[in-house]
Amino acid sequence: MKKASILMIVGPLFLLGLYAFPLWNIMLGAPQYPEPLGMNIHIDGIRDVNEFDLQNIDGLNHYIGMRKLPKPEEMWEFSTFPIIIGGMVFLGVLIGLLGYFKKVSYAWFIGWFVVMSILGVLGMYDFNAWMVDYGTNLDPNAIMKLSNPDGTPMSYKPPLFGHAKMLNFDVTSLPSTGAWMMFTGMMLILAAFFMGWKTTKKSKTL
Amino acid sequence: MKKYKHYVFALLGVSLLLAGCGNQTGKSSSNGALSSSAAEKVYVAPGEQDEYYAFLSGGYSGNLTVYGLPSGRMFKEIPVFSQFPTSGYGYSEETKPMLNTSFGFVPWDDAHHPDISQTNGELDGRWIFINGNNTPRIARISLSTFETEEIIEVPNSAGNHSSSFITENTEYVVAGTRFSVPVPQRDMPINEYKGNFKGALSFISVAPDNGRLNLEFQVLMPGFNYDLSHPGRGKSHGWFFFTTYNTEEANSLMEVNSSQNDKDFIAAINWKKIEEYVKNGGGTKMPANYAHNVYDEHTHTGTSTMKKEVLTVDPTEVPGAVFFLPTPKSPHGCDVDPTGQYIIGNGKLSADLTVHSFDKMIAAIEGEKFDGEAYGIPILKFEDVLAGTVKSGGLGPLHTEFDANGNAYTTFFISSEVVKWKLGTWEVIDRKPTFYSVGHLMIPGGNSRKPFGKYVVAMNKITKDRYLPTGPEMEHSAQIYDISGEKMELIYDFPTHGEPHYAAGCPAELLAPKSKKIYRLSENKHEFATISPNDARVERNGKEVHIYMSTIRSHFTPDNIEGIKVGDKVYFHITNHEQDFDVPHGFSIIGQNTSELLVMPGQTKTSIWEPKQVGVWPFYCTDFCSALHQEMQGYVRVSPANSNIELSWSLGE
Repeated sequence: MKKASILMIVGPLFLLGLYAFPLWNIMLGAPQYPEPLGMNIHIDGIRDVNEFDLQNIDGLNHYIGMRKLPKPEEMWEFSTFPIIIGGMVFLGVLIGLLGYFKKVSYAWFIGWFVVMSILGVLGMYDFNAWMVDYGTNLDPNAIMKLSNPDGTPMSYKPPLFGHAKMLNFDVTSLPSTGAWMMFTGMMLILAAFFMGWKTTKKSKTL
Repeated sequence: MKKYKHYVFALLGVSLLLAGCGNQTGKSSSNGALSSSAAEKVYVAPGEQDEYYAFLSGGYSGNLTVYGLPSGRMFKEIPVFSQFPTSGYGYSEETKPMLNTSFGFVPWDDAHHPDISQTNGELDGRWIFINGNNTPRIARISLSTFETEEIIEVPNSAGNHSSSFITENTEYVVAGTRFSVPVPQRDMPINEYKGNFKGALSFISVAPDNGRLNLEFQVLMPGFNYDLSHPGRGKSHGWFFFTTYNTEEANSLMEVNSSQNDKDFIAAINWKKIEEYVKNGGGTKMPANYAHNVYDEHTHTGTSTMKKEVLTVDPTEVPGAVFFLPTPKSPHGCDVDPTGQYIIGNGKLSADLTVHSFDKMIAAIEGEKFDGEAYGIPILKFEDVLAGTVKSGGLGPLHTEFDANGNAYTTFFISSEVVKWKLGTWEVIDRKPTFYSVGHLMIPGGNSRKPFGKYVVAMNKITKDRYLPTGPEMEHSAQIYDISGEKMELIYDFPTHGEPHYAAGCPAELLAPKSKKIYRLSENKHEFATISPNDARVERNGKEVHIYMSTIRSHFTPDNIEGIKVGDKVYFHITNHEQDFDVPHGFSIIGQNTSELLVMPGQTKTSIWEPKQVGVWPFYCTDFCSALHQEMQGYVRVSPANSNIELSWSLGE
């Protein structure tokens, strides 16, 4: 249970990577953008991959009537996410410490994991909802109003995960360093749970 | 100087003989250029980039052109001494001061010899310098923006030809006069030239941090023609060498009268000694009047200042600083090999090259073995300084460049060829014809301590039948030779722009990574910049109207302007708000008496428009900036001079 608890202490610390590294990355390449434009989605805002990328993405998007990319103060998520992540890191480490001193059982580990997973899924749902809104809720006076072959207005929602062709752009959307660190942390906690479960089972059978 | 007349040369006979030889070799090896391997050597596939930058002077275009090697593709024309309507250089209010001189606005010059800045004798790619020959000027061009940043006029000079060559740490850019003149200028009979005219050699310092030029001192030499020059390097660092002709000091029918002496001189100048002399208070301050024009990358604006004084140095007052090396046959090019040991005088009316030895020169100076003097300047004995003679078999040597393996390459104008020879043994290794009558040649870094000896570019004076004919006037032709092997191979012909004289080249990786893509709008300090579209406005000050206008794909802010009157002087200050690579916007308005403006991302430029007729007049963007470029337009309403219409401006109302 000691080893499991150490993992439970270390695991949540990986989430701190989200404060330094982007959670998600979206790149837009086109014939006239051999060096693609890109945005990094951090928990506290959207940032350029290369300087002026956001400005240039906004500049292109205005043709098709998309709104400007949100500033941190324009979305509640960017002020709330850092608090939630901080809280979860604190809780996780606390559970780990309590586990180390045998105040709580390994069941708390999986409890934290489940809560974090639910929050993660909610976050993804929210992110996707924003992208749907951003890509479909277009200015009716847009310069270019394009239709799909079936006659419905074309929308420009970037893919949540993977690649999509949007007009002349190749859009690739993938988790970035922050997300991978979070994933690693979550796996450590899952491992902590299994280790805790096994050692407890062993000590019970003995 | 009569003593140098004892060599008599049967010039005409030799020239006929050699012209015959040249033609024969020309035919035989031009077939070699058709081989498929030559095509592979110069082919840079679509999407690929060249290995070297080449900067070719534009000669009478007044500008500098940028090419790639080995493809011969032209990338850009950098306006330097000439107005350039393509970008508005010399037309916009910001760049007009760059062409100011003591003679007023001079919108043209004859640009000859580009030279890239060096550190420890190696190319460092900070700046490139070039001289204006006609109205003596030196320009400094940034190699991160590829724009002219500074132009300094050179007083007491005329025919600024032995310029603009730099010392091995870019301490100085040196400018010598080809035409000696009265110093100071005064009203006097032309035929009193001899003994009265002076040849000024100017040493212009380059500030290491920002490249700012300052004319530190001028050495007032005897009234010869100082034709070309190059710095010492390595062991000879601290010296500068100038070829001279017209040591006869003739003032008329020069082609005959200044070709009489069998030997003219290479002037060896110990500039370190003169620098020290000047630092210790030596020299004479002389009233002068010359322009110093500086363009600031952040204000995007040039300013012109008139300087009123110059420090002159009488060479006879600095013992041990200046010597003459007798050199046969009106030498033209003056080239120093990468080790700094050999100084090559290309005797343009000769078949041979004269190579002087730096070590021998120092020994002769220390032994005080002089052969008389000219105007108080010691003349060294020809035999004492001679390292060797290249018996080339060609005629009319002009210029020499070097590779990294101890070989030299010399152009021969009259016999129209490039000759490769070995330093030290003076043996000729190879010769290849040029098409036709080559002037300068260029090997990237070929006049530094570290040449990149893969290609040589020969710049020809005669084009004739090399391309489809375009009437009597054609662009000059340049040729690329592969020099990586023992024998040279002609691999490509390409047309140039203007009349390239010298050129400078460097590896692409020295410049490409630091080439600027945009100017930052946040760093724009232009007096009339419009940093936010909310600041776009129109202001009247009497008859002057200032329009603060911004551009972004694809509209002007504002695009409707009323309240302008006939007789107004309207300043359009255009700020490009793009911060994306390669998205300039242009500006032009009907009846503009200047050129368009081409405004780079983050930049501000100004054009003056003086409406003469009542009406509603359109303006538009001249650069195809986006799919909506055609819509990037606006109107100015011009009312009668006595109209009461208030100034107003709008966008999208």
